[in-house]
Amino acid sequence: MNSTLAILAILDGISYAALVFLVSVGLSLIFGVLRVVNVAHGSLYAFGAYLAATFSLAIAPISPWLTYPALLAASIVIGVACGGFIERFLLRPLSGQEDVLQLLITFAAFMIMDNLQRLIWGVQPIFAAEPLRLLPNVAVFGVSYTSYQVILLPGVALATLLGLRYFLRRTLSGAVILAVTEDREASTAIGIDAKRVYFVTFVIGASLAALGGALASPTTSLVPGMGADMIVLSFAVAATAGLGQIEGTALTALMIGLTRAFVIYLQPEFEVLVPYLLMVLVLLMRPFGLFGAVQVRKI
Amino acid sequence: MSGRIKPVTTIAIIFFLVSAVAPLLVSSWATLFALILAKGIVVLGIILLLQAGQVSFGHAMFFATGAYTAAFWGKYVGGGDIVLFIALGGITSAVFGLIVGLFVVRYREIFFGMLNLAFSMVLWSLLEKMFHYTNGADGIRVPRPALLGLSFTPETFQYVILYVSLLIAVVAFYGVQRYLDSPLGHMLRAIKSNETRLEYLGTSARRVLLIGYVISAFLGGIGGTLVAIIQQIATPEFGFWTKSGEFVFIAILGGSAHAFGAFAGAAMFECVRFYAAAHLVDTWQLILGVVLIVIILYAPNGLIGLRQRYGQAKQGGH
Repeated sequence: MNSTLAILAILDGISYAALVFLVSVGLSLIFGVLRVVNVAHGSLYAFGAYLAATFSLAIAPISPWLTYPALLAASIVIGVACGGFIERFLLRPLSGQEDVLQLLITFAAFMIMDNLQRLIWGVQPIFAAEPLRLLPNVAVFGVSYTSYQVILLPGVALATLLGLRYFLRRTLSGAVILAVTEDREASTAIGIDAKRVYFVTFVIGASLAALGGALASPTTSLVPGMGADMIVLSFAVAATAGLGQIEGTALTALMIGLTRAFVIYLQPEFEVLVPYLLMVLVLLMRPFGLFGAVQVRKI
Repeated sequence: MSGRIKPVTTIAIIFFLVSAVAPLLVSSWATLFALILAKGIVVLGIILLLQAGQVSFGHAMFFATGAYTAAFWGKYVGGGDIVLFIALGGITSAVFGLIVGLFVVRYREIFFGMLNLAFSMVLWSLLEKMFHYTNGADGIRVPRPALLGLSFTPETFQYVILYVSLLIAVVAFYGVQRYLDSPLGHMLRAIKSNETRLEYLGTSARRVLLIGYVISAFLGGIGGTLVAIIQQIATPEFGFWTKSGEFVFIAILGGSAHAFGAFAGAAMFECVRFYAAAHLVDTWQLILGVVLIVIILYAPNGLIGLRQRYGQAKQGGH
């Protein structure tokens, strides 16, 4: 492997990690607060991607620069509409019930959304590369790469990471979310509306998944099954990092993204194996993830 | 307790009789019922683990192990017999279950589910990517095997495999019920209700769960072998996480409180799929999703629970 390929692999890894981070951090946030593994998370990613492609294909003839706000708009629409619906009408009635039921109802949402996606957008691959083509290529150590993937995507991911940190650690709303996560009953007793906190958190998490999809849409062709692949991948990242760990998710996404990129150049057939193998190895040694707090076993 | 289980057992007997007789009247039902029974056997394993309060979101790995055992035998050895396939499928998946089980039984709840998922995804990616051995995403065709040296025409074979599945399903159903009523089965339930007390009694909760886990993997493997023989193919999709989700779905649909829930759920699931896929090609998955939501929101104890609730309401009335 020469240095050009190595740089190419690093850039691939970084841009991929940025997308995976956006989706995984949403999943992790939802689990951290609601204690629910959202199986429909991958579908929110796919819906975000498809709606973003629809929006940008529609708006590109007017002005290609409007495709960027279109990507953002698509992710917010999906996050609020689909995410809000799932939390309000599927998860909320089940609060306090067995975990398996909460997990399974998001699985039902996944099945429905997977089917709807095929009904609305069909099974033919969709391309909407306008936002990718608008930005010029940049040369990194002599390797030419699209600035969309190597600057914009990592930039958005970094902004999300810092934004989430600031939101959760420095603002009143963030403090309220942490309070509900820590002790729901006590925070309800001092007048915090826990239901609203759950709703807002879920919508934020869902919007992040949709944003990941929307930003991924210019870089790849949209096909059925992309949601089912993404949910396990983002789950692998979130679980390897430790569910609920935001900074850890970023580091793990980077680690998995880079490893995967190098494996693609060296041993392409093992590409899909990488994240799951890492997940098994990490969970066997540290079941709470690389960055998760170790809890003492009850017995 | 036993008084309440009895009516369910009666329904189970009726169900098994119907699946023996009905396909004789409508021949397209032979494959449908064989699939219901085979899936039911897998879901018995899920229900077993649900007794301990643990959800495996990776049980498709044992299903795929069973299916690929038959497929590999057909590809590399050739020929084959139903009895041999099932014996091999059961053994390999039980051994695989023991190996995976040694790791996963140390964890509970979300961590248990997560680790199962991780293992199953590793298996899935190997099946998908080891193209030279597994034919990748196309899967491996499973040629129609003989039964105890006798070979059959396709028309007779669908009945042969139906009655083989029925026999195994009845034995598995009876066995699981006996197991759950045994001291070992009660200890398995104790993991859900109070694991600490179980340990205070001097029992190793991990060992109790490991035994349950291996049995459950064994059932998953046998079910997988049967489905591979019925559908004459084994594909990596057999081990994908959506398949695991489907099994948990069927368990909740039927009701996890009783072993018969596995077959009640599988019957409803496969019937909806069979008829919806024939008439509403584009929306059968959507329909199943809606059915699942309705069941979870309005009948969280599954079809079995519905019957019990109705029975109790009648008793409680006058």
